[in-house]
Amino acid sequence: MSELDQLSPGRLAWMRFRRHRLAMIAGGVLVFLYLLALLCEFISPYAPEQRNARAINAPPMDIRFFDADGRFHPRPFVYGLNLTIDPDTWMREYRDDTSTRFELRLFAEGEPYRMWGIFPADRHLFGVDQTGGEYFHWFGTDSLGRDMFTRILYGARVSLSIGIVGVGLTLFLGVLLGGFAGYLGGIADNVVQRTTEVLQSIPTLPLWMALSAALPAAWSPITTYFGVTIILSLFGWTTLARQVRGRFLAMREEDFVVAARLVGANDTRIVFRHMLPGFTSHIITTATLAVPAMILGETALSFLGIGLRAPVVSWGVLLQQAQNYQVIVLTPWLLLPGAFIVVTVIAFNLLGDGLRDAADPYSNLGRP
Amino acid sequence: MLRRLLGMIPTLAVISVLVFIVIQLPEGDIVTSTLDRLSATGVEMSDDRIRNLRAQYNLDQPLPVQYLSWIGNFITGDMGFSYLYARPVNELVWERLGYTLLVTVGALLFTWLLALPIGIYSAVRQYSVADYAFTTAGLIGLATPNFLIALILMYLGYTWFGLSFGGLFSPEFLNAPWSWARFVDLLAHLWIPVIVIGTSGMAVTMRLMRANLLDELRKPYVTTARAKGVPPLKLLLKYPVRIAINPFISTIGLLLPALISGEAIVGVVLNLPTTGPLLVQSLITQDMYLAGSLIMLLSVLTVTGMLLSDLLLAWVDPRIRYE
Repeated sequence: MSELDQLSPGRLAWMRFRRHRLAMIAGGVLVFLYLLALLCEFISPYAPEQRNARAINAPPMDIRFFDADGRFHPRPFVYGLNLTIDPDTWMREYRDDTSTRFELRLFAEGEPYRMWGIFPADRHLFGVDQTGGEYFHWFGTDSLGRDMFTRILYGARVSLSIGIVGVGLTLFLGVLLGGFAGYLGGIADNVVQRTTEVLQSIPTLPLWMALSAALPAAWSPITTYFGVTIILSLFGWTTLARQVRGRFLAMREEDFVVAARLVGANDTRIVFRHMLPGFTSHIITTATLAVPAMILGETALSFLGIGLRAPVVSWGVLLQQAQNYQVIVLTPWLLLPGAFIVVTVIAFNLLGDGLRDAADPYSNLGRP
Repeated sequence: MLRRLLGMIPTLAVISVLVFIVIQLPEGDIVTSTLDRLSATGVEMSDDRIRNLRAQYNLDQPLPVQYLSWIGNFITGDMGFSYLYARPVNELVWERLGYTLLVTVGALLFTWLLALPIGIYSAVRQYSVADYAFTTAGLIGLATPNFLIALILMYLGYTWFGLSFGGLFSPEFLNAPWSWARFVDLLAHLWIPVIVIGTSGMAVTMRLMRANLLDELRKPYVTTARAKGVPPLKLLLKYPVRIAINPFISTIGLLLPALISGEAIVGVVLNLPTTGPLLVQSLITQDMYLAGSLIMLLSVLTVTGMLLSDLLLAWVDPRIRYE
């Protein structure tokens, strides 16, 4: 008997997951992104609606250690911006003003905020001396002079959480209905099966669009947020329900379930104590792979202007500013929220792949 | 066969009820939103005229009656009247649906023409550098929202080539009658939305083809054929690929709703004369007949596509029979 045979299934799965280097990295990236979203008030140097009239549509500012004369500064700094207007084209253009150096500092004083809406504070993780008229826009600013880095972080809070909340709802519906269909069989099974078939044959986006267009414009941001989340999960549960149903059907006839029934366990106990643990790992994997669909769905709806609406800040709402190519050509940094979306979705996919391999007890990765 | 065809009817019936409920959901209707717009400009309407308007749109009837008259007209080919465009929905839809079909089918073909050979290559040269490169590219394509790809392409096209994309025709051909030159112009514009919409399905198709083919390549008959000296390329294309390709025909049904969804949003970004932008407009303005008929039509299209893919599969794979 080898040492491995005495480890718990959870430990074995963790060992298999650890071998999946890409999935580990993806997990790290996601933890980092969710931390950014969780602490966005503190990490972002500005408030999301704070405007800087001296930097409107300003490009991203480079963080430097060497100044224009090649001298090294131990403290990183950025150059201020000089607005020039091209006499021929009337185009506004920002140039680095090498005579003004704004030094970056940690725990800089800035716009007062309430951490998680509760604790008042005015220190931000990093920033410049705002009282001295300095400014620092790492990812540039939008057409109202609002800091893009700040807005992307605040957007992360909405976009990333909608993925999790939405998948939670999807899981609930999928496991409930799929389990129902698979365990009871008969009419219940038929009804759920037909419903999933119908739902899967409707193009989702048009129906999502119709439903979120139906959300009253007068709703508060938070209600709209939950409205959109519910709409997204309303059609997402079908895949999961099918899988759960399949598992239940297969497991219903297994010896251990029959045995449990014979000793007099009731249905609830059989389902929750004996059957569900058999495929929780599978459910977790499916859920991980379902998060990107939610995030992309929210982004698409908000981008079209029928999902979340300003003043809510989400990645989709931010991308809405970049809808035509004149804007993209002049201010390409407005596409930066898109990069965050891509990274998040890739990370969730890689993580899901790793979890799938780790959850499969027959994969021989853990065996010597 | 006939049974499969009849099976579509209840599905479509359920979808139609769903669609009807959805378009009823927003508060108010086309008459109240018109009244709002009119009173904003200072025009007041008499109660009589309001009542007439409601009667004209059947809005004074109970909901089931409204539903029946809507779906009844829909079946007989009359999709109602679009208030927003002040034109019959039929006209609006037919001039756009063709382009939607064109773009969607183009995207499907593009996905397959590129993804299937790549999948075959990745399976044959498993774990090669190219295999990893294709997997990575596919993953990025999967993770990037369609509209973002469209935006990036527009940006690159402008900064590199000075091109401004958008639409399916150049301005001079926009309202021109059909001619060879106009057709060429259409093709010159068509590839952009086709690529943009096609990339989203690429990764899945690629991975699936790779996995299917790998399963097939491990089977004993392949080893036997190889041992007997069948040329490698002939062996590959004649047996394992043919079997590995079958599942794709059945996935048309799953790919189609995704493609139509993708088209809806890309159409808005690229300003295409397709059904997508029309749908967004109608939803925002609560033009109920237009929105409802469009969603219904897109659903019919999807369900028909699924049926066709089933039939195609039965034709290609003789093991499958519908009895």
